[in-house]
Amino acid sequence: MISESTKVRFEREVAKYPAVQKQSAVMACLQIVQQEQGFVSPESEKLVADYLGMAPIAVHEVTTFYNMYNQRPVGKYKLNVCTNLPCQLREGTKALQHLEQKLGVAMGETTADGLFTLQQSECLGACADSPVMLVNDIHMCSFMSNDKLDQLIDGLKSAEA
Amino acid sequence: MTLPFYSKNSAFENLLQQFAATGVQTCFHGRHISPQILANLDGSNWHLSDYKDRGGYQALRKILGQDGGAGLTPDQVIAEVKASGLRGRGGAGFPTGLKWSFMPRQFPGQKYLVCNSDEGEPGTCKDRDIMHYNPHSVIEGMAIAAYAMGITVGYNYIHGEIFSTYKRFEAALDEARTAGLLGDNILGSNFSFQLHAVHGFGAYICGEETGLLESLEGKKGQPRFKPPFPASFGLYGKPTTINNTETFAAVPWIIRNSGAAYLECGKPNNGGTKIYSVSGDVELPGNYEIPMGTPFSKLLELAGGVRKGRKLKAVIPGGSSSPVLPASIMMECTMDYDSIAKAGSMLGSGAVIVMDDSRCMVESLKRLSYFYMHESCGQCTPCREGTGWLWRVVDRIHNGLGRQNDLDLLNSVADNIQGRTICALGDAAAMPVRAMIKHYRHEFEAMIKENTLQSAVLASPVQTVNRSASQA
Repeated sequence: MISESTKVRFEREVAKYPAVQKQSAVMACLQIVQQEQGFVSPESEKLVADYLGMAPIAVHEVTTFYNMYNQRPVGKYKLNVCTNLPCQLREGTKALQHLEQKLGVAMGETTADGLFTLQQSECLGACADSPVMLVNDIHMCSFMSNDKLDQLIDGLKSAEA
Repeated sequence: MTLPFYSKNSAFENLLQQFAATGVQTCFHGRHISPQILANLDGSNWHLSDYKDRGGYQALRKILGQDGGAGLTPDQVIAEVKASGLRGRGGAGFPTGLKWSFMPRQFPGQKYLVCNSDEGEPGTCKDRDIMHYNPHSVIEGMAIAAYAMGITVGYNYIHGEIFSTYKRFEAALDEARTAGLLGDNILGSNFSFQLHAVHGFGAYICGEETGLLESLEGKKGQPRFKPPFPASFGLYGKPTTINNTETFAAVPWIIRNSGAAYLECGKPNNGGTKIYSVSGDVELPGNYEIPMGTPFSKLLELAGGVRKGRKLKAVIPGGSSSPVLPASIMMECTMDYDSIAKAGSMLGSGAVIVMDDSRCMVESLKRLSYFYMHESCGQCTPCREGTGWLWRVVDRIHNGLGRQNDLDLLNSVADNIQGRTICALGDAAAMPVRAMIKHYRHEFEAMIKENTLQSAVLASPVQTVNRSASQA
């Protein structure tokens, strides 16, 4: 079941496209699902497919093609650190290593308390701000020195306490 | 993990807000030269009223004949853009006016205008700052383009990772709609244009224009074979024009001040100003808007010079896909399409990645090759298989396992990718490999030699004896 409030958000996206091209809204609908549920489950794909008049496999193709969709649950805070060349030249890789040490996980893993998932990411489009990190897909954090990373992680932990 | 993924709690929002980009370092540093798009911005003055104070929407009023003049015909608008020498700012550098003239203006059905803001070329972050701090320049530019080509519907496809910028652009669209600058009968004329913002969700390939169109249609972003070109078969199979964000943002200035004045700012065949994203080993990374044809040495100086007083080793002048150039060549270049092309590289998106003399080129190429392997859409065999092959070979050289013929192998794999794929991602993966080997062959050879020497020691008779002794 898609909730009424979610439907309102879906409708806003669908309205951007010609009536016979509802499928165009699939990326936005899946983003909304992820924002509300943390990941895109096969059940959600089916609901979105029904809503937009698509085959479920066509929705699944989208979920699996685009890097930012989570196909399984992740930590409450998903941290994506860019290590592409321009960031690598400006301590992006070191930022990732610092977080690995601080959180006690390797990239790609989630902390035992389920709070943090740490990932390496490709270009976030903020190269002059390096080191950069994207939190939960929508919050870009710039100039993340080790001190600021500590501040952010400690802050998030204490907000949970 | 039953809590919502995106915490609605304000403590979380406030905390993250502390780390958000402010644009102070990258955009409002006052080190531009004769800026047009990034002029007089401070981060808070992105609203419609601020934009109007800077002369915004005067160009749209002018073509619609709102301020007493006769207005401009679509042909006159295109002629003005042609005269400006404006070339596509997304990477290809195709003349914008010429592209606009390809649109079949008498086409009876729906036509579309698309802005490519899927800025994912490593090194590039200019479109983000344009849309975040001066969004109405893009909206006005798109409205003018739509008028010139008789288009009534447009989309701005924004890189998924810069979600706050997507939100900012949507807010700007609302302002423009409320003020009658978008929608039906704009400013009381009979020109109508609906513009929407949409976002990607993490796929480099969607910056390729036909990959972007597929994505806009709600599919995997796998590029289409060209021809047919988007001007005849684009979004939903309809004639479509696609330009980069910065290209659209340049248009209002051209219409306000004339194409000739824009051309005058740059140099022949390379009109206007260009925003360069300078990243890597400089003191002050950021976006710098300077006239086309400005010497590279001047740009480097604006960016504070090479970091920590080190020496310049190399520059990737137009985003990670463009061939690397050694310092000696780069310091002789001016920043424009023709000069960089003549030096053997590409101006591309204007992403200038600076590397100092401490950098290992094998390590740098390894990271780039990993990126292209990761982002290959998998559609064409030479790219899908070749990008992985390139990465594996560079990786083994970097890990001290390089073989004697590996450089020939890399060039051969690159040869078999380049020009043999549907889109340019294959070329983009191959070109950095060839350029790195061309200019820094000795670094690769040194690493390989070190390994072959070690292998020779391992394979020596003494070792063999020892090994068989331990087996016995």
